[in-house]
Amino acid sequence: MFWNTLLMSLRAIQRNALRSFLTILGIVIGVAAVVALLTIGEGAKAQVTKDISALGKNLLSLHSGVSHRPGASLMSARAFNLADVDAIRRDIDGIDHVVPSASARSLVVNSNVNWSTTITGTTADFLPCRGYKLEKGRVFSTAEEASGNLVCLLGATVSKEILDGDEPVGQRIRAGRVSCLVIGVLEAKGQAAMGQDQDDLVLMPIRAFQRRVAGNDDVSPIYLNVSDSWSSTAIKSSVESLMRERRGILPGAEDDFHVRDMQEIASLVQGSASVLTALLSAIAAVSLLVGGIGIMNIMLVSVTERTREIGVRLAIGATSAEVMQQFLVEASVLSGLGGVIGLGLGLGGAALATRGMGMPFLPSPLVATAAFVFSVMVGIVFGFLPARRAAGLNPIEALRHE
Amino acid sequence: MNPIDTVNNPVPLVELKGVHRVFGRGESAVHALAGIDLKVEPGEFLAVMGASGSGKSTCMNLIGCLDRPTAGHYSFDGIDVGALSADQLALLRRHRIGFVFQGFNLLPRTTALENVELPLVYQRVGSAERHRRALETLNSLGLLHRAHHTPAELSGGQQQRVAIARALVTQPVLLVADEPTGNLDSSTSQEIMELLTGLNREQGITIVMVTHEEDMAAFASRIVVFVDGRITRDELREGGTSCSGTPS
Repeated sequence: MFWNTLLMSLRAIQRNALRSFLTILGIVIGVAAVVALLTIGEGAKAQVTKDISALGKNLLSLHSGVSHRPGASLMSARAFNLADVDAIRRDIDGIDHVVPSASARSLVVNSNVNWSTTITGTTADFLPCRGYKLEKGRVFSTAEEASGNLVCLLGATVSKEILDGDEPVGQRIRAGRVSCLVIGVLEAKGQAAMGQDQDDLVLMPIRAFQRRVAGNDDVSPIYLNVSDSWSSTAIKSSVESLMRERRGILPGAEDDFHVRDMQEIASLVQGSASVLTALLSAIAAVSLLVGGIGIMNIMLVSVTERTREIGVRLAIGATSAEVMQQFLVEASVLSGLGGVIGLGLGLGGAALATRGMGMPFLPSPLVATAAFVFSVMVGIVFGFLPARRAAGLNPIEALRHE
Repeated sequence: MNPIDTVNNPVPLVELKGVHRVFGRGESAVHALAGIDLKVEPGEFLAVMGASGSGKSTCMNLIGCLDRPTAGHYSFDGIDVGALSADQLALLRRHRIGFVFQGFNLLPRTTALENVELPLVYQRVGSAERHRRALETLNSLGLLHRAHHTPAELSGGQQQRVAIARALVTQPVLLVADEPTGNLDSSTSQEIMELLTGLNREQGITIVMVTHEEDMAAFASRIVVFVDGRITRDELREGGTSCSGTPS
């Protein structure tokens, strides 16, 4: 009987194809909006996670200054120095790389081409620590690191901008006020999560940088790679207590430095992305409600219009429960159909949008199932009133209806 | 079923005893039926006549189990209809009674075949069997070539014959017809009446037909006339099989 009712409602929908389509338009748009937003949200979250892990695996960074109190305190805090880096290397287990860094914005010049970029003094470990790879040439040798030779590695962007296709390795460029020899070029890494270009950098040995570019011994930040089997929280706290000791911070006094955990930042960003997605989806879900009311409207009209048909069905022996079932099934088939069309449109839209924004397209079976089930539910809920009205008709009066 | 044998049937198909039907309450109450006694034996072809408002349609609705009496007693084939619930009435109609209406009442944009199959859907008959029986019934009414046409593509007479096929496909014991020729021209009316008479004579189907046209009533084996909610005349015509009405 249910199968027959289903076929009957499909026929009824087919007989009124245009009206049926207009009826479900609200559901179609609602489901499409929710599905598209959720799918794009998933893609964005995956993209952010990928970007943050691209900054370096299990990366901690140690900054001087206080993170939650910007301004004056940041300026007044002492920077780290290479002795701090050696102390971490010596005293704390569970760290793959300890990489000092110090940066300055500066012009780099090759013959008559200028490019403003960030010059970072660091060690060769900077590459594995931050997830960079060498495209050509070589990294700094231990001797170059120790003596502070003026050699440098170019980020892909810098290499493209100032050398424009010329062989970079062996070139001599000017970085700030010093002339330095290009020994290698980094592979392109693309945009970071916040949109900045990760390939716009020049690396040189930290001693050379301190001596010839910065003119001081400051190091900040220090990057740390936590080994796989170690917890980044534990390493973070041992680094903190070591630094408190070295910097002579009394118990109870506040740290004048802070450790950033990329894992933590990733989950924060993901959390806020989820909240935003949920909020937008909730707004889109309102249109599902409106769509449901649209279905109720049309079903009520349909019951009035088909009063005689209902009369005939009752006269030839349909029970009121069967008439009710027929209209409920009709409403839920309509809205379910709207759900399926909306799902298709939503996924299609999300596929286009994520491709346009360079994010991964991650359709979720859970979202698809939920969208379908929910739209059928909308039909049942909003079909109930019209169906009950149809079922409550008196056959004699229904047959007499003009 | 041979109509002659049914005279000896101890239970009349339709038996109304002191039936009242009142619509509304108090001052505005309308007594559509004011004490009706009527028996219809199996195999009869009863024409119910009367001016509009005389109660003939109300009576037909009661006989067709679409309604229940306000007071009095109605038994259909020995079943006390007054005691049945709405769903039980629906089941009774589904299995025992066929309806033919003045306005045909076929489902629009639905083929003749599907219209005829509809009562069998409610009887839970499987689709192959449904198909076979609907085609058989359409064939017996000479409409096989019209099976896949929708009502809009059929003439009035054809539509009414499809409606009759829909009523007959369940092989009911009683066919209730409400002005079956009311929307048809006279020659088509003639055809439909001959069809009904044939069904009554050859298949022994009991027919209760409401009409206000003398010419149509003339096809019946018995005529009752309603005036103001009462039966004022009950006459057996040539070929009639029983006389059980009690004019009041």
